[in-house]
Amino acid sequence: METKDIKHDEFVINVGPQHPSTHGVLRLELWLDGEDIIDSKPHLGYIHRGIEKMSEALGYKQFIYLTSRMDYLSAHISNQACSLAIEKGLQIEAPARAQVIRVLMAELTRLASHQLWWGALGLDLGAVSPFFYAFREREMILEIFEETCGSRLTMNYITPGGVVNDLHPDFVKKVKKLIEQLKGNLHEYYQLLTGNVILQARTRGVGKLTAEDAVSLGCTGPVARASGVKCDVRKLHPYDGYDKVEFEEVLNDKGDNFARYWLRIEEMKQSIYIIEQLIDNIPEGSYREKLKGVVKLPAGEYYQRVETARGELGVYIVSDGKKEPYRVRFRTPNFSNLNALRPMLKGAKIGDMVSMMATLDLIIPDIDR
Amino acid sequence: MQLSISLLEITRAIDSWLNSAFHPHVAYGIELVLAGVAVILLVVAMAILMVYAERKLAGFMQMRLGPMRVGKWGSMQAVADVMKLLLKECLVPTNSDKLMFRVAPFVVTIVSFMTLVPIAFAKGIQLWDINIGVFYITAVSSLSVIGILMAGWSSNNKYSLLGAMRSGAQIVSYELSGGLALIVVVMMSGTLSISGIVQAQADGWWVIKGHIPVIIAFVTFIITSTAELNRAPFDLAEAESELTAGYHTEYSGMQFAMFFLSEYTNMFVLSMVAATVFLGGWMPFHLAGLDGLNHFMDYIPGIVWFFGKTFFILFLIVWFRWTFPRLRIDQLLKLEWKYLLPVSIINVLFAAFIALMGWYL
Repeated sequence: METKDIKHDEFVINVGPQHPSTHGVLRLELWLDGEDIIDSKPHLGYIHRGIEKMSEALGYKQFIYLTSRMDYLSAHISNQACSLAIEKGLQIEAPARAQVIRVLMAELTRLASHQLWWGALGLDLGAVSPFFYAFREREMILEIFEETCGSRLTMNYITPGGVVNDLHPDFVKKVKKLIEQLKGNLHEYYQLLTGNVILQARTRGVGKLTAEDAVSLGCTGPVARASGVKCDVRKLHPYDGYDKVEFEEVLNDKGDNFARYWLRIEEMKQSIYIIEQLIDNIPEGSYREKLKGVVKLPAGEYYQRVETARGELGVYIVSDGKKEPYRVRFRTPNFSNLNALRPMLKGAKIGDMVSMMATLDLIIPDIDR
Repeated sequence: MQLSISLLEITRAIDSWLNSAFHPHVAYGIELVLAGVAVILLVVAMAILMVYAERKLAGFMQMRLGPMRVGKWGSMQAVADVMKLLLKECLVPTNSDKLMFRVAPFVVTIVSFMTLVPIAFAKGIQLWDINIGVFYITAVSSLSVIGILMAGWSSNNKYSLLGAMRSGAQIVSYELSGGLALIVVVMMSGTLSISGIVQAQADGWWVIKGHIPVIIAFVTFIITSTAELNRAPFDLAEAESELTAGYHTEYSGMQFAMFFLSEYTNMFVLSMVAATVFLGGWMPFHLAGLDGLNHFMDYIPGIVWFFGKTFFILFLIVWFRWTFPRLRIDQLLKLEWKYLLPVSIINVLFAAFIALMGWYL
């Protein structure tokens, strides 16, 4: 680790690993000149659990549930990525019903994740009330998850070959109610935060990230799309029938905090649109392809990329034909999005640090794995 | 009117009884102690009430219930919190400036209690009718920044220091516009004394009588007093998502409670000043020419008018806190120096012109 000499008049503070604005155990070293940030350095490893190494000791049907603990707000989507990679190796495809269920669950996850982000952004910027309004609809989504999957945060529902069990009979009714309520309440999001003068002053023109920087730093997801980079895996490499639904890849070319804010709000509308198309058209049939108790992949390398709520998640599996994977590697969106923080922070104020970290939407366990 | 007169009679009766029973100097001393105790009790009672009210209001604004567990409707929650704070250990960090660290909460608390001295709660209920009341309040309340700087400096914590520095810049800047806003009414009333300003509003509150300049001054004063209180959206000194808790990060137990109490006391004082200067203090709602209405309003006691107005302004401040996000430090200073201060200066000139010409309603 490089060491840096502290110059006269420089003020070094440690933000984290226990700090309200980092939403987890990220530690940022900040060099300050008064309120201005001269330089910063993120330190990782506080929540490293060795998920990749642990996966080498578990079977193919088992290790995928460790990924729920990476990006815990996109648990369904992480499980989906692993299942798709394993299905690739087995050369099977999930039944049509399972695919639709997976897409529905993934989009509900995206909605819940963006709602939590929206509330937490308000908290970070000093407005407490939006948090509770965000949790109103998020709570409904979690209840839907709980009914079908039995759990609220780490659902462990998607499995190689389909989903673990069928949908709860109330699923369709409850999702419809949720969509109706969410559509009616979206204007409150505008009234509480989007239209607020202070929020606009805090986010517009702050934390600029150009398209070139976004590409060279490896940013993905809403962060890159807010800089105008087309990178939605659902569009570029459709999986689980995303090519059959209609939706728009939201783009913005401003690249500042407000662009990222606006983009996530618009993405929520797109997610609602996807759910609306699918909720009445869930095909009948089997929800899971029957697999053997112990799955063995043929020797080889398998890669699957999906779009989580934060960007592109890549799952890379090397198999040597045994019942456990030889090597598993995750390319997580937050690790690459974190790279954007340092160039953005140069010359910013301490208050900007909070809004930048909020709009990057970092999930720390996903960075460390 | 009935009750306020009787309150005045009670204080006079106590005064004459003490003077007849004791030597005048002793009687004076006893009166000072009684007044001090009365003010402290009033503030503590109001603070407990206000903490509860704020948490309930915040709850309703956020679609939840607020405290519900302790007592009926959670009404004893604030009392329980005070008990907890009293029983907690006051930690002093190592390598801190121990004397300054321990003195700082007292400085802040004493300053905020001192500002209560010239406030007129009702007719005749005033500790000290000093002839420069408004000036005294602005002068003394600005001393609290010293306590905050002491706390931030002595804590040996970089977050505390940053918070204290922010607070210093903020309070010193916003005092200017706050003072100019008060000057508008002082010019129109022609007096600095609190009782004089209240008397000048006998035929109508300044916010109605003084029309445009006073309304501008009232809005400026509400904004600047929120900023001076370090409350949201100007709570940069204790911005919890940036500086954990700002200047009182290292304080615990009763030492923290004193900062908290002084923040609430300052909130009461500034609301009381706003109520007195702009909304007529304990004066009932009077409109020139409507004798029936004026007579009817007189039946509501002055103390109800005064605390009603105070709590209305407190509600506004609470409402701000639970609605707005926080400003950034440069935006905060820009708001003061580029917008509020020029507007206030022009407003003072405008008000002087109106006061000279006598164009009141």
